[in-house]
Amino acid sequence: MTTTDHDLPAQSSAATTSSATGTRATRIIGIAAIVALGWLVAFGLGFSPADRDQEEAVRILYVHVPTIWLAYLAFVVTAVASAMYLFTSKKSLGWDRMAGASAEIGVVFVAVTLAVGAMWGRLTWGVFWQWDARLTTTALLFVTYVGYLAVRRLGGSHHQRARRSSVLGLIAVIEIPLVHWSVRLWRSLHQEATVLDTDGDIDMDGLMLFSLFVGVVAFTLLYVWLMLHRTRTMAMEDIVEDRGLDAALAARRAEGEL
Amino acid sequence: MSAWRLARLIARKDLRVEVRSRVITNQVLPFAGVTMVIFAFALDADSVLQRVAPGLVWLATMFSLLVLVQRSFAIETDDGALDAMRVAGVDSRAIFFGKALGLAAELIVLEVVLLFAAVILYGQTIEVGSIVLLVTTLIAATCGLAAVGTLYGGLAAGFRGRETLLPLLTLPAVAPVLIGATRAVEAALGTAGAVVSDGWPWVGMLIVFAVAFGVGGSLAFGPLVDE
Amino acid sequence: MSAASTPSPPVPVVALDDVVAVIGRFPALAGASLSVERSEIVLLRGANGAGKTTLLRLCAGLLPVERGVGRVLGFDLATQRTLVRPHVGLLGHQNGLYLDLTVRDNVSFWGDTVGATAAEIDAAMGRMGVADRLADVPTRTLSAGQRRRTSLACLIARRSQVWLLDEPHAGLDADARDELDATLRQAAAAGATILVASHELERAGTLATRTVDVVAGQVRATTPDVANPSTNSEREP
Repeated sequence: MTTTDHDLPAQSSAATTSSATGTRATRIIGIAAIVALGWLVAFGLGFSPADRDQEEAVRILYVHVPTIWLAYLAFVVTAVASAMYLFTSKKSLGWDRMAGASAEIGVVFVAVTLAVGAMWGRLTWGVFWQWDARLTTTALLFVTYVGYLAVRRLGGSHHQRARRSSVLGLIAVIEIPLVHWSVRLWRSLHQEATVLDTDGDIDMDGLMLFSLFVGVVAFTLLYVWLMLHRTRTMAMEDIVEDRGLDAALAARRAEGEL
Repeated sequence: MSAWRLARLIARKDLRVEVRSRVITNQVLPFAGVTMVIFAFALDADSVLQRVAPGLVWLATMFSLLVLVQRSFAIETDDGALDAMRVAGVDSRAIFFGKALGLAAELIVLEVVLLFAAVILYGQTIEVGSIVLLVTTLIAATCGLAAVGTLYGGLAAGFRGRETLLPLLTLPAVAPVLIGATRAVEAALGTAGAVVSDGWPWVGMLIVFAVAFGVGGSLAFGPLVDE
Repeated sequence: MSAASTPSPPVPVVALDDVVAVIGRFPALAGASLSVERSEIVLLRGANGAGKTTLLRLCAGLLPVERGVGRVLGFDLATQRTLVRPHVGLLGHQNGLYLDLTVRDNVSFWGDTVGATAAEIDAAMGRMGVADRLADVPTRTLSAGQRRRTSLACLIARRSQVWLLDEPHAGLDADARDELDATLRQAAAAGATILVASHELERAGTLATRTVDVVAGQVRATTPDVANPSTNSEREP
């Protein structure tokens, strides 16, 4: 019985033969991510100074800013992988799994961004939420990709799932700029009394910048590590489903022998 | 048979179904009307209602859009008509534009009724000088809404949980229309001292939205609905 | 769209080789192989859930091929499903009608979408006995048999090269069955290829030029003619 293509770029043999998704490379990346996160804790909470205006709340930005950057990167990866699935003749499911895994991680990172952002807002602005263009766009971005993930779970064959979600992954590329544009236009034409006395862009001294840099490195490593594992788990899920189909096929054929 | 002729044929068929079944006049319009009344209960002050009336019109339109889209695809899936159209070799772009056109016609009727409801219930006034802006806004916003609604309605049709999937996909996507159409209608109605010229940049945005989703939707509809 | 618009179809018209098709995660077709030549009328018989409906929907280009190779009129069912569709007509479990529209509206809508003329539509309606008093009645108020007739009229007006019929006789009275059989024979004689899934073996058996058994998602013994349709081994309730 043939299994359909499990063409995970490069790692297919690892995914099919071992029962774990870890390899030497992922272990190294994982350890590096843990070390970098430890540094982030040390620099973010310890070595870096408090800000003149934001005081201790500035430390939240060392998580807030890297997570949203990585989330944007994750959604760009989703869009590119969707396009690669759709427009390459090989129709490799590896691209589809990459798009799906990246969107999942992106959604988690945006959730973190929004959660810690609300805390930062409460401390700095006095409110959890502000109808600022960036915040509103981010919230809609979050909901859009939650919808994308819901469509991925609609069922059908692997390629049906891949085709559907890759088209949706590209529609988001139309959708997000339009949302961003409209929200920006809305806020700029519609300025109200604002509790916003700082817009979050602050003059950072060297140590603060370095802490932010550590945060970016840490979350990038975390993203890569999660991506490697998640795409491999997805490949395994697909294999399990195919084995289920093989078993169901055998059962169905046996039913005919009676 | 050209795709455009087929699209018109499908739109005409949809409108004929609506005329015969009267679901819109007997259920959707009353639903939208009740929504407008309920808003008034929630925002218990004449001055607030006057201030937010354009937004409420579009909010009621969004909710009714979801109902209309479900309805539009229910008539296709009730007796396997969508499959029949696919087997008949009807181009998916023709289905997309046909369904969107029918939906747009229904939405326009709904929006006009809701605007009159706002005039009566929320004390809005429509000046003659703002008619052009108002009509352009209605048309541009409607095209965008119909395109998004048709795209995601077609995707959700035929799946379990379509009632919840449709709003999850549609509402974030149509947020720009809600924002833009509300501001443009505020300008047209002179809400809170807005002037007509304030509305035109928003109409531009609505047109870009409608074109983007019209083109994107027609390309995506085939692979999304008919994979 | 009509039979005349394309040159002589490649032989065989339907060629399935070890095709697997999946509904959800269930292999409704578990390696079906079938070859059907032009002008044949093939009866698919088999128990409920054997995969007859899936086989017809697959040939209509409505379902993807999960494994194996399937061709209809030379078009690959894996990659050219949308190209197959204009040449086939499918009568499924559902009739594909708009229940709020009248019979006339429905038939002319389907006629227009496939490019049939008004005269052809009228002829098809007359043939299936839905021409006169039923034409202006909303389809919702019709009986099951009358809806079936309407749906068949739509199918006839299409003049497809391949006809795929799922239980076409169900719900029809004796007159309509005779008319349907005559229509199908005529279409086959004119070069159409017809696949019929039916439990009414006595009737369909006399119509068919060949009978195949669909068992557990596979196509089994191909009998040249119907051996003895009255002693059928149907597991129908």
